[in-house]
Amino acid sequence: MNQFQYVKPSDPKTAIAIVSKEPAAKFIAGGTNLLDLMKKGIVNPEKLVDINNLPFKSIEKASNVFRLGALVLNSDAAEHELVKKHVPLLSMALNAGASPQLRNMATIGGNIMQRTRCSYFYDTVMPCNKREPGSGCGALKGYNRMHAIYNNTESCIAVHPSDMCVALSALNAAVVIQGTGGARRVSINDFFRLPADHPEKDSNLLKGEMITAVEIPANTFGKNIYYLKIRDRSSYAFALVSVAVALDISGGKIRDARLSLGGVAHKPWRLYQSEKFLVGKQVSQANFLEASKLSIQNAKGYEHNSFKLKLVPKAIVEALQKASSNA
Amino acid sequence: MKDETQYIEVGDDFPGESRRNFFKQSTLLTALALTSGAVVKAAESNWDEKIAAAFEKLPVMLEINGKKYSLSLEPRVTLLDLLREQLALNGTKKGCDHGQCGACTVLVNGRRINACLTLAVMQDGNKITTIEGLCQGDKLHPLQEAFIKHDGFQCGYCTPGQIMSGVAVIREGHAGSEAEIKEYMSGNLCRCGCYPHIVDAIMEVKKGGQQV
Repeated sequence: MNQFQYVKPSDPKTAIAIVSKEPAAKFIAGGTNLLDLMKKGIVNPEKLVDINNLPFKSIEKASNVFRLGALVLNSDAAEHELVKKHVPLLSMALNAGASPQLRNMATIGGNIMQRTRCSYFYDTVMPCNKREPGSGCGALKGYNRMHAIYNNTESCIAVHPSDMCVALSALNAAVVIQGTGGARRVSINDFFRLPADHPEKDSNLLKGEMITAVEIPANTFGKNIYYLKIRDRSSYAFALVSVAVALDISGGKIRDARLSLGGVAHKPWRLYQSEKFLVGKQVSQANFLEASKLSIQNAKGYEHNSFKLKLVPKAIVEALQKASSNA
Repeated sequence: MKDETQYIEVGDDFPGESRRNFFKQSTLLTALALTSGAVVKAAESNWDEKIAAAFEKLPVMLEINGKKYSLSLEPRVTLLDLLREQLALNGTKKGCDHGQCGACTVLVNGRRINACLTLAVMQDGNKITTIEGLCQGDKLHPLQEAFIKHDGFQCGYCTPGQIMSGVAVIREGHAGSEAEIKEYMSGNLCRCGCYPHIVDAIMEVKKGGQQV
């Protein structure tokens, strides 16, 4: 690892001021992704601002919103009684990610900010527009089995690796952000970007801005949720495809539906068309199949990942079945 | 090609003064090799002394296996490297060094983490337990005994991490069934494939109800 300076401020203002002002300064929380990237020479900060002394560590439920501080550990969130009761989809997705050791280090904010695990991004001798803008995309004609099928550019076909964010996307969570000029809230579905002309930017977070919390609006999904993760081994691997489902079912009829996919795009991929189709329909295999067909209308496979075009609809049907049969 | 600068720090566990001298003696080329923008700029201006000051070591207090350590560390030293390279606690293994294998699993304030993905300075004030801290004198920890009984290893390289993780699985209450143990041990890889025996060892200790 290159050398760097290390500071651990105890108030957010100081931390934000340092990272806003100094181009080569970065926040560090759990460090599970950043230190990995620093060891590989992919990210080379000259100053690390350790934010673990900051106060964003609480989990609170208000009448209309569920709030998790950005520094809450992934394991603490997943196992928290209030989370399991009120946002079980989040708990399920968190437990599907990483390993118990990593979940004991990784934070809510850090999970959102983690970088893609595209092997071309990680291999510094290969071209990668995300790591080195303008150098090309090694994955496009390379070994692209893990890559995206929903793209708006061929400059980058990397996927966002988070499981948690897929659940947050389905739950219409908001990311609470603090900057030098004050706080703002952004829906997680607008927080992440598609690569377009700037694949080096994963999100719309500005330099020096800090995630302080995640807010999940109250919902009526109850136990009709499911997080299905399909991967190369039964645990501890990134998703080939994952599906977060939340349904509001009354008398066998779907009143509200949310579907979001992981492992298929540069951001958690909401399936608004499939959701729209399901609302007002009866819970039935035929309707689930129809909704799943709508999912891949705008998808495109590459040499090694075309299997995802078949896997996605099947995974959606299975996740819908599981979610709708949870009593 | 022989790299003369490499030898300055070898065999020096706490290279405080020599590090400073190293920077003082360093040429522009050495500084350039560090690649950081600030360093290059400083080197061009012959600011060697300033570079040394910028990378000053930080005081870190740790309690490791019940023993208190007062250390002076470069920020870039990971907890794993501190244990192995500076404190001679090399029971904790370096497998992948990227959080993918679990060989470096240790407990920090009772919770298991990957020692390779945290900086030692970030753990200031914390209590760390490594594999060396599990036994009581000559008496092995019940899970260490169970690993021997059930043949929970072949080459043994992943074993310290497996045992630390196994202890945590039982303490966390995630050893309720074979399936649950497998899921919660998934962060520890074993290339020899001793997984069934590792699960047996954890199951036995859990069922025995001993204090872990």
